[in-house]
Amino acid sequence: MTGTTPTSATAPDADADAAYQLTVNGTAHTVEGSRPTDSLLHVLRDRLGLPGAKNACEQGECGSCSVLVDGVLVCACLELAEAAVGCQITTVEGLTPAGAEPGDAALTGAVLTDVQQAMIEAGGVQCGFCTPGFIVAIHDLLDRVREPGPLEVREALAGNLCRCTGYGRILAAIERVVAVRGNGR
Amino acid sequence: MTVLAPTRIDDAVAALAADPSLTVLAGGTDLMVAVNYGQYRPTGVLSLRRVPELHDWHVEGEGSAAHVVLGAATSYTTLLDPALAALLPALAQASRTVGSPQIRNTGTVGGNLGTASPAGDTLPVLVALDGTVELASASGRRSMPVSEFVTGPKRTALALGELVTAVRVPVASGPQEFLKIGVRNAMVIAVANCALVLDLGRRHLACALGSVGPVPMRDRDAERWAEARLDWDRRPALDQALADDFGRRMAAASRPIDDHRATAAYRRQAVEVLARRALARAWAAT
Repeated sequence: MTGTTPTSATAPDADADAAYQLTVNGTAHTVEGSRPTDSLLHVLRDRLGLPGAKNACEQGECGSCSVLVDGVLVCACLELAEAAVGCQITTVEGLTPAGAEPGDAALTGAVLTDVQQAMIEAGGVQCGFCTPGFIVAIHDLLDRVREPGPLEVREALAGNLCRCTGYGRILAAIERVVAVRGNGR
Repeated sequence: MTVLAPTRIDDAVAALAADPSLTVLAGGTDLMVAVNYGQYRPTGVLSLRRVPELHDWHVEGEGSAAHVVLGAATSYTTLLDPALAALLPALAQASRTVGSPQIRNTGTVGGNLGTASPAGDTLPVLVALDGTVELASASGRRSMPVSEFVTGPKRTALALGELVTAVRVPVASGPQEFLKIGVRNAMVIAVANCALVLDLGRRHLACALGSVGPVPMRDRDAERWAEARLDWDRRPALDQALADDFGRRMAAASRPIDDHRATAAYRRQAVEVLARRALARAWAAT
């Protein structure tokens, strides 16, 4: 465990942890063979098969691994997985369109949320790497603030980096969602 | 490795007494970076997530004796809560400059104290406000000024088996200002920062500089010099020469170093401007 490159958690270690349970997207998952120091991000991606949260900086700088823990937007790379036992974890895979019920096709990802749809329509997706983190952060913002102003949007998304620098179209996508949700009121 | 998640402070300090090698996990925004990069490998973790008392804040006392008691696990996002920001405006300003929403949701004031980075954004504010750290261990509780708790770069007066439980911050009756220099507005570690507090009732000025010394820097002589020259009764527009001189005095009190974020010369120049500007803004708001 020396050196400066982030470690991966693909193989069980000699010091692998005892199994524990995490509740992700409403479902209890048993985590086995995890290393005790694994971040929530590694466990989601490499143990639970949920690759939506992306692994990039591993220091909370880029927001690509944004998830909700007990409804709060966080970087999964900065959460110790085993310390999230008992929390409700929501990943991009668990976001559902408004009004969807558990068991709907929406839960399999076959139906997009309004934010996901707007990102496609506005051209907010280029390479796509930052997209899941942005989707989670945008849902979090618009669930808290119905009509955020331009500065409020920028401040709320300051922790999500788009390496294609496609911010203009991401902001345009948010405007679409705000407009559509406003009309549906 | 074990991950303990007690629900009471007494249980947390009992666990620390039984195994002082436990690593205390608050938000994890510092700890997990070191863990992810293989720079630190805890043998056991004591998570504070489930201790409600550490996440609460409340006000004690009234008028000039009022204090805000912040549980150690109070997040930066909570410090931005309008009810709390009204009592501790500079602490809210500082919290708003920390990281991103994700980091502010996770990072805590107790973690900022425990990490004791010279660039910790809440530290100059807590020092300028004469904040007090409350500590608990299996053998009892004690408290000490934040200025004594932070003893050096990433060094504190925390004893083995001891836990930061709260920080107690006096409520000042007057404007406050927090200013910070970095390469962008978000996700930035301070090149230099500055907290300034005016207490009109006590005719008191406090100014603390961060990231320009091993610990937050104050200069009581410079503060007294300004206090004696400010017209607290009539509060006219600030004399520019006084503001300039105050900036130079605070810059002279700084002890910056060259590092990968900035040179000492730049930092000294920066805090001269920050102290001058903070005084001008706070005074204009009286």
